[in-house]
Amino acid sequence: MIRIENIHKSFEDKQILRGISGTFEKGKPNLIIGSSGTGKSVLLKCIVGLIPPDEGLVYFDDKEFTHANRDVKTEVRREIGMLFQGGALFDSKTVEQNVMFPLDVLTKMPKGEKLDRVNFCLERVGLAGQNHKMPSEISGGMKKRVGIARAIVNNSQYLFCDEPNSGLDPQTSILIDDLIMEITEEYNITTIVVTHDMNSVLGIGENIMFLYKGKKLWEGNKNDLMNTGVKEFDEFVFANKVMQKLKHL
Amino acid sequence: METIGKYFIFLGSLFVNRESFKTYFKLTIDECVSIGIGSIFLVALVSFFIGAVTTIQTAYNLVSPLIPNYVISLVVRDMTILELAPTIIAVIYAGKVGSSMASGLGTMRISEQIDALQVMGINSASYLVLPKILGSVLMYPMLVIIAGLLSIVGGYLAGLMTDVITPTQYIYGIRFEFNEYTVTFALIKSFVFAFLVASISSFKGYYTTGGALEVGRASTSAVTQSVIAILLADYLLAQLLL
Repeated sequence: MIRIENIHKSFEDKQILRGISGTFEKGKPNLIIGSSGTGKSVLLKCIVGLIPPDEGLVYFDDKEFTHANRDVKTEVRREIGMLFQGGALFDSKTVEQNVMFPLDVLTKMPKGEKLDRVNFCLERVGLAGQNHKMPSEISGGMKKRVGIARAIVNNSQYLFCDEPNSGLDPQTSILIDDLIMEITEEYNITTIVVTHDMNSVLGIGENIMFLYKGKKLWEGNKNDLMNTGVKEFDEFVFANKVMQKLKHL
Repeated sequence: METIGKYFIFLGSLFVNRESFKTYFKLTIDECVSIGIGSIFLVALVSFFIGAVTTIQTAYNLVSPLIPNYVISLVVRDMTILELAPTIIAVIYAGKVGSSMASGLGTMRISEQIDALQVMGINSASYLVLPKILGSVLMYPMLVIIAGLLSIVGGYLAGLMTDVITPTQYIYGIRFEFNEYTVTFALIKSFVFAFLVASISSFKGYYTTGGALEVGRASTSAVTQSVIAILLADYLLAQLLL
């Protein structure tokens, strides 16, 4: 479980996050949604420690992370897997080397065991046999799946996904969403997904946090979408005509 | 001043929260191969022709019959060891290796590869930059030694082909009143220049923000600032050590 308390963040004179609090539970995907520029990715980076918040606290289970010393932070970070928007695969390494990287650097596992684990993870994300391809030789959807494999290879307890569907076709997006959902449930990990993709919201939105201009305006799950009573949320969710028709059905 | 402060903090961050020795050893060897093998052709070509041109130009300027011919190779030797091999090659090295380091790290930054390392709990600065600095400091002095040798060989061949100096005179001039300290001085300079090029270029690349345009700017700025640092260090070292 991850808990955040009163997170504030500004860049120069522009305030991005204005006191966001919330809890992200284990075993189900937690979504942070909102329009572009509302601070979703900044919030995610504050949680994982890539950007220090100006104010507020982040707890990974019982460990306070924001002001923890370097050793505690390193210990927590080694439990974190993250899928970046563009995959963030290392260009000079093959698919296999990319997935094996956390094991190479962070563990003392024997080579054969590492290879077994990598093959298991690649098979789990549907990329068995793609070991020796370079990132430049695979599609965007495959890059995301390699990113997921790399994120879970070290038995991470926390999975963060920054816009996992950006740049993907709807079918591949659903595949990625399903994969995130399955992995979260199967390994009982805490997963936070930042997205503005409505298909994801409807598909895997078990716990949704809606951000608007740096503030949390609504929290709930996909079953509550129709009657939130929050105007800004309705404008975001029912932005297109299909969704508007659905609402009036 | 703020940038200089940030540079020193960056250097300090290379030595905290490090990974295992084995990890750095492998990465450093990779960097040595990339820096050394990757630069040797250009360094050899430039130094060979610098030696050849210096021989011909020195001969052209020595018009007095009172000055013996072996002075030509003496000038080639001292210029090569004191300045051409360590300093001019450092400028070329900054253009080739420095820009490559800055653009490589800059691309890693904008494509979130550095963030990926950071999230895994790896000190990305130390993991990516320390092997580059070590590789540079290990390989550049070797490149300087090769450059010095090839420059003298280039001068010898140019003298032979143009008949401005005989082989005997050339060898005599090379050996005449040779001061070994100049080699020590050249090697000290090469260590300092190698460190400056690798650290400044890495610093510029590591803190790149934006997109492809900014990666190009970081690369250009890395070369410019490395060259300025090389020239300043060259002057300071000459004042201090000669």
